[in-house]
Amino acid sequence: MININDIMETINMISEENLDIRTVTMGISLLDCADSDPNKACEKIYNKITRMAGNLVKVGEDIEKEYGIPIINKRISVTPIAMLVAASGGDPVLYAKALQKAADATGVNFIGGYSALVHKGFSAGDEALIRSIPEALSVTSNICSSVNIGSTKSGINMDAVKLMGKIVRETAEITSDRDCIGCAKLVVFCNAVEDNPFMAGAFHGIGEPDCVIHVGVSGPGVVQAALKKCPDGDLGQLAEIIKRTAFKITRMGQLVGTEASRRLGIPFGIVDLSLAPTPAIGDSVAHILEEMGLETCGTHGTTAALAMLNDAVKKGGVMASSSVGGLSGAFIPVSEDAGMIAAARSGDLSLSKLEAMTAVCSVGLDMIAIPGETPAEVISAIIADEAAIGMVNTKTTAVRVIPAIGKKAGETLEFGGLLGSGPIMEVNLTKSPKKFIDRAGRIPAPMQSLKN
Amino acid sequence: MKTVVSVIGKDSVGIISKVSAVCSECNANIVDITQSVLQDMFVMVMLTEISDLKCSFSDFSEKMKKLGEANGLDIRVMHEDIFNSMHRI
Repeated sequence: MININDIMETINMISEENLDIRTVTMGISLLDCADSDPNKACEKIYNKITRMAGNLVKVGEDIEKEYGIPIINKRISVTPIAMLVAASGGDPVLYAKALQKAADATGVNFIGGYSALVHKGFSAGDEALIRSIPEALSVTSNICSSVNIGSTKSGINMDAVKLMGKIVRETAEITSDRDCIGCAKLVVFCNAVEDNPFMAGAFHGIGEPDCVIHVGVSGPGVVQAALKKCPDGDLGQLAEIIKRTAFKITRMGQLVGTEASRRLGIPFGIVDLSLAPTPAIGDSVAHILEEMGLETCGTHGTTAALAMLNDAVKKGGVMASSSVGGLSGAFIPVSEDAGMIAAARSGDLSLSKLEAMTAVCSVGLDMIAIPGETPAEVISAIIADEAAIGMVNTKTTAVRVIPAIGKKAGETLEFGGLLGSGPIMEVNLTKSPKKFIDRAGRIPAPMQSLKN
Repeated sequence: MKTVVSVIGKDSVGIISKVSAVCSECNANIVDITQSVLQDMFVMVMLTEISDLKCSFSDFSEKMKKLGEANGLDIRVMHEDIFNSMHRI
């Protein structure tokens, strides 16, 4: 018989500490749906997604019931749509609408993959898709978009960075009547991964199998509660506790992933080890850092604490799963984390500190509301800075900022649900990076030796 | 397949009898049972074999949940694999 204390620990994690499976994401390749007629391609896409994922939500719910573990989201990621636009031409928004129709039919929370990979340059379909993003995100509600503008091997495509500054602004403007929600579904990557189960950046990479199941776990509350039991331990001991906790969380993810894969008859891909917070109290990455001894997240020492947390989570998780991938690290989305929201509101957490934090954790400047007056070139410059961190450190970084049209620093954007609410953060608007951004071109790939 | 039925709440007369009545009604065989008082709470854990369940798993789970609600207890039915995978290497 299983130890009664172990059973109680698991139940406590679920009922008191917000342990859950954040997402079961089905990756579906749409390469075989390409067609020279965009309407035909859309029909094939709808048919393939509903055929492969018709049972996804039901299987997720069955597993939830049998194992007693909440699965918050059931999602789908698809081949970057720019590749299909390349074959068909025409209006890319048609594809967004087809994906929305498939999302409604399957009942999933999100479909990700309205994406383009342009880290070295634009090919057919890429630019048209990027330019259509504002409209696509405005006429759909469950579609997520991402654009990869740089990588360690190819450098940063500054033409794309320049364009994305404008696109982010346009997306905010076109959805300004809905708290600029479009920008919460748009992420700009450097070194994007092909098997990410988390939104808004999920897409199904071309190196992936035809169809695959990925799992993203959660559990900041569990880590915080475990650390609370060790108020006087040194940092080595804390790292050990985090590792043990991450191991247990990941084992659960692995179990749910293999079970979902068995029931759906689709191969299991990866478990993503990221600690994903929610706005709920007791589900915050910032509060873990504070539990480690920082008076508030954002003060000096935050980067060091986060680096240790991120590394310990990976060390614990790697042993628990047969296959780890995706982003795998602690997320620091400001609007989705109660501790981050509080620290940003009190002024203790600045944009520059967040940028420093992204150098040691996944995934980047995430869910940050910025003043509505922020011009496109400043957004481009923020993207360029973040991409440079990812490019040089051979890691994934991303930018998901939300220009709060008509609002100023200090006010708040309310998204609701898992997206939370974002205090609008200060951005340096006094000095302009316009000339640097307007130069465009490409930042060459960095040296891989002489690393200092 | 085996499931773990966990009962947490304030101690009172007849808890085990009520829970096992539901097991018997649904034809769930009790394989092992253990109870203890943890952090001032009554905790009972029952391992049940449910391969020959008369009703569906979700009905069984729902009946237990309702029984818990009616008696001020938190009763959960969970597949044993979740505990095995989390706590055993």
